[in-house]
Amino acid sequence: MQHAGTEIVSAVSPIIERWRHEEGPLLPILNGIQREFGYVPREALPLIADALNLSRAEVYGVVSFYHDYRENPPGRHVLKLCRAEACQSMGGDLVAERLQNLLGVKFGETAGDGSVTLEAVYCLGLCACAPSAMLDGEVIGRLDGEKAEEIVREVRA
Amino acid sequence: MCFVNEMDYGTPASKSDKSVTLSIDGKDVTVPEGTSIMRAARMAGIEVPKLCANDMVKAFGSCRLCLVEIEGRGGTPASCTTPVAEGIKVSTRTDRVQAIRRGIMELYMSDHPADCPACAAGDCEMVAMAETVGLKEIRFGREGANHIWPAHDGVANPHFMEPDLSNPYFAYDASQCIVCSLCVRACEEQQGTFALAVEGRGFESRISAGMHEPFLESECVSCGACVQACPTGALREKSVIEMGMPEWSTVTTCAYCGVGCSFKAEMKGEEVVRMVPWKEGKANRGHSCVKGRFAYGYATHKDRILNPMIREKITDPWREVTWEEAFAHVAKEFRRIQYQYGRGAIGGITSSRCTNEETYLVQKLVRQGFGNNNVDTCARVCHSPTGYGLKTTFGTSAGTQDFDSVDHAGVVMIIGANPTDAHPVFASRLKKRLREGAKLIVIDPRRIELVRTPHVEATYHLPLRPGTNAAILNALAHVVVAEGLVDEAFIRERCEWDEFQDWAEFVMQPENSPEAVEKFSGVPAETIRGAARLYATGGNGAIYYGLGVTEHSQGSTTVMAIANLAMATGNIGRPGVGVNPLRGQNNVQGSCDMGSFPHELPGYRHISEDATRAIYEAMWGVKLDDEPGLRIPNMLDAAVEGSFKGLYIQGEDILQSDPNTKHVAAGLAAMECVVVHDLFLNETANYAHVFLPGSTFLEKDGTFTNAERRINRVRKVMEPKNGYADWEVTQRLAQAMGLDWNYQHPSEIMAEIAATTPSFAGVSFELLEREGSVQWPCNENAPTGTPVMHVNGFVRGTGKFIRTAYIATDEKTGPRFPLLLTTGRILSQYNVGAQTRRTENVVWHDEDLLEIHPFDAENRGIRQGDWVKLASRAGETTLRAHITDRVAPGVVYTTFHHPDTQANVVTTEYSDWATNCPEYKVTAVQVTPSNGPTEWQRDYDEHSRRSRRIVHVEAAE
Repeated sequence: MQHAGTEIVSAVSPIIERWRHEEGPLLPILNGIQREFGYVPREALPLIADALNLSRAEVYGVVSFYHDYRENPPGRHVLKLCRAEACQSMGGDLVAERLQNLLGVKFGETAGDGSVTLEAVYCLGLCACAPSAMLDGEVIGRLDGEKAEEIVREVRA
Repeated sequence: MCFVNEMDYGTPASKSDKSVTLSIDGKDVTVPEGTSIMRAARMAGIEVPKLCANDMVKAFGSCRLCLVEIEGRGGTPASCTTPVAEGIKVSTRTDRVQAIRRGIMELYMSDHPADCPACAAGDCEMVAMAETVGLKEIRFGREGANHIWPAHDGVANPHFMEPDLSNPYFAYDASQCIVCSLCVRACEEQQGTFALAVEGRGFESRISAGMHEPFLESECVSCGACVQACPTGALREKSVIEMGMPEWSTVTTCAYCGVGCSFKAEMKGEEVVRMVPWKEGKANRGHSCVKGRFAYGYATHKDRILNPMIREKITDPWREVTWEEAFAHVAKEFRRIQYQYGRGAIGGITSSRCTNEETYLVQKLVRQGFGNNNVDTCARVCHSPTGYGLKTTFGTSAGTQDFDSVDHAGVVMIIGANPTDAHPVFASRLKKRLREGAKLIVIDPRRIELVRTPHVEATYHLPLRPGTNAAILNALAHVVVAEGLVDEAFIRERCEWDEFQDWAEFVMQPENSPEAVEKFSGVPAETIRGAARLYATGGNGAIYYGLGVTEHSQGSTTVMAIANLAMATGNIGRPGVGVNPLRGQNNVQGSCDMGSFPHELPGYRHISEDATRAIYEAMWGVKLDDEPGLRIPNMLDAAVEGSFKGLYIQGEDILQSDPNTKHVAAGLAAMECVVVHDLFLNETANYAHVFLPGSTFLEKDGTFTNAERRINRVRKVMEPKNGYADWEVTQRLAQAMGLDWNYQHPSEIMAEIAATTPSFAGVSFELLEREGSVQWPCNENAPTGTPVMHVNGFVRGTGKFIRTAYIATDEKTGPRFPLLLTTGRILSQYNVGAQTRRTENVVWHDEDLLEIHPFDAENRGIRQGDWVKLASRAGETTLRAHITDRVAPGVVYTTFHHPDTQANVVTTEYSDWATNCPEYKVTAVQVTPSNGPTEWQRDYDEHSRRSRRIVHVEAAE
């Protein structure tokens, strides 16, 4: 869900305080905010810029560089499917097609009912069990049609 | 007509004094260590293809067009990021690198519009570079994914971005962009604003202003550095898009602030297409700000008055007349007034906006033609205390350094100045040094931008109560003396030891201790101590100050206190140190140098010196009055009393810029012949009887002298729209008054200045042509000028320590007026706004606002944007409130760029004890909610509307 401005300020400030005096604080702060909200609210960027004495543009440049930082709130579940070479060679394209159809979303989208966000990743380090995916932080190997349906059932539950 | 083309070496110069010899394409080249191969090649006349490099920013190595081969090393390194090494053999044109360059350029061109309008106009390097590398075809086509087209087959192209036209002066069209990041680096390294970034990654990378905002809403300050850096048409001046590329250009000097930036005026016929900062300009080194770069539109604004006008009474409408009639009328009136009321009943005001030559002529007209010394200049209201204070302590009325000096500073102290708004190009140079590690101390009631801005943070900010400058400086000196941080060797060698001891005893008095000063300045003693220690021990200590020092009842005292502090710590006489006034107007230094003050002849020689007067008496053939004449406030007082009746004002709007507007209005209204010589019917012209149209800096030849004493050439690029350059107008007026003047060109006026003024003895237009610019003193001892002064000793012999006791101003807060008002500037507007209000700069600042702390606002029930009444015992005005913690509780702040605000209705007649410089920076006020304009604002508005009527009759000329 989207957060109101004041809510963002009060939630972001302690995260900024936690890291601002450490070396290289920007990424830890962004990680902390994404952990807290599931995304990095645009309203948080000027606060970070001000705290670290950076420009808004610089913070935005960093946030937009990393695909992992979301601009909008994700669904209740986040499914990351590996689209790298090893998984593709093991039938990943078919699984990708199937999951998109079953969930009714494309990569980078969130289901209309807010149940799930589907994201592409490039290698989960699980090539031995390709094709692989990660659901809410748990890795899943040797994906096939059946496992795909199982995942869909789980996120819809 | 020639075009000033500047060499681009690709990467910045190395500062190393070691040299390295290498071979490039079989040519031996010797360059400083640390030079890039690209730059070394360029120095040897070999141009390596490039897109993402220029010599203003550090090399980045992203475009990969500048690849070269080095014998014995593998691969094809980028020549911009690879430094030279002894004995290496570099080849820039092997078949291998040529093939790679063609391949890269082919990829670039597959995502660059085939019909790029900038390429066609020659304002985009892409087509030219494709030719240079021999690209024949684009095998990939432009049909695939690209950034060029808004839509593919009816489907919107997700990579396409609508052009951003939000900035009034330049356009950003991402479809032409190659994401070389030159603009991002220019914004960071040159300007120091960090308003741009590359967003996204890979094919999705794009240049973003702020957080993907329109340029106008982002942090962008519109300095133009990105536009200048852009190798494609992605960032282009709108004027170039509209008018096409310029045909010829010449180097001239900006007519805004005292930084004195050099620009290339790029022209099409008689029209300015764009102003581009000149890299060889020693004040700005190729950088610019929104005013100089873009805000020149006032020169051709429809409000400019082009015909002379006369009227009997100031309530009459204006009547256009011929120049002859106007000159004859002024001459007749001035002579009548002198006959009727005495020789001293008329005077003149020189302009800090006009050239040295023009200023010299006005004071000459007064002294030679009027036969008195009633000449003054607007420096009266800004830096006259600088003149007095530095002359007394050091022996010269000017800053001690050049701007390059800041590159050597270890700790910089900014006092009562706001460089990012008022002297933006210097601020950029300063920020660059601060990012390199120099420390910063800010002494200012307001939290100016430099206190904390991306990548810059002041170590100490002393937010003092307005009016306590002298006390704070004494407290800093107290710490320096008490803790033994003085530079005794320097003082013993260059100053009077006895005077120093006397001064040291004075600053050690208990009332000058940080603890005592804390009580009324509001600055914690520990902060004062920290700042003093840092200044005294942080390496080269440089002080830069502005009107926040001078525009006080103790302005001269504070200037001397600054000089004391610099001498006590040995921070004078070498690069990186010094005492530097940041001067407000383009030629305020010059107008002071040229003898604009009633007590001084050119070169700061007192009017009572017989030998000096004799020089001019011999040349001008008249006897000069040996008594100083009237200062501006004295002229106005005398006018109200009835003994002063006529005034020739060249290029100054005293009604708006001088304190206590009602008093100025009363003085002007009491005169019988007020002659205003200006571009526009300014506010003062509402009280004038004769209006002589002026010319802009684009319409005349001459020189301006900037804050570092640098004499820069101003070059004519168009005929004066009013018919005459200002020096010609003054000359014809002088001729009408019977003087035998016959200058054919401003260079002849400079020759007269050089012949009569020792510190300008070596200056000539030929020298300026050869050297670009020189800093006075320029004479046989310093044939090419003096970048740093007092190098081997002070100009006055020994540096003079002076006791600078703090005396509180008479302007005090009380129950009726509990707040202190201080005034300042904003980046996009300049001075009284006569120029900048007539440009698109108004999009950034269309009204003056009153800054007030949330605490004071809440107490008074004032909300953001409310109309408030600002009242002092002198008068009242209304404006809107802006609630901010940039000001401390108890302090309010505004600017004075807009005539309808009339901030100077509120300021009082208190002034500096030595020079009469008005105390603009401290006024006790009350702020209350209001419904709209005050009675004075309504009356004045009505008066100015009526007095600007012009009856158009066919001019006989």
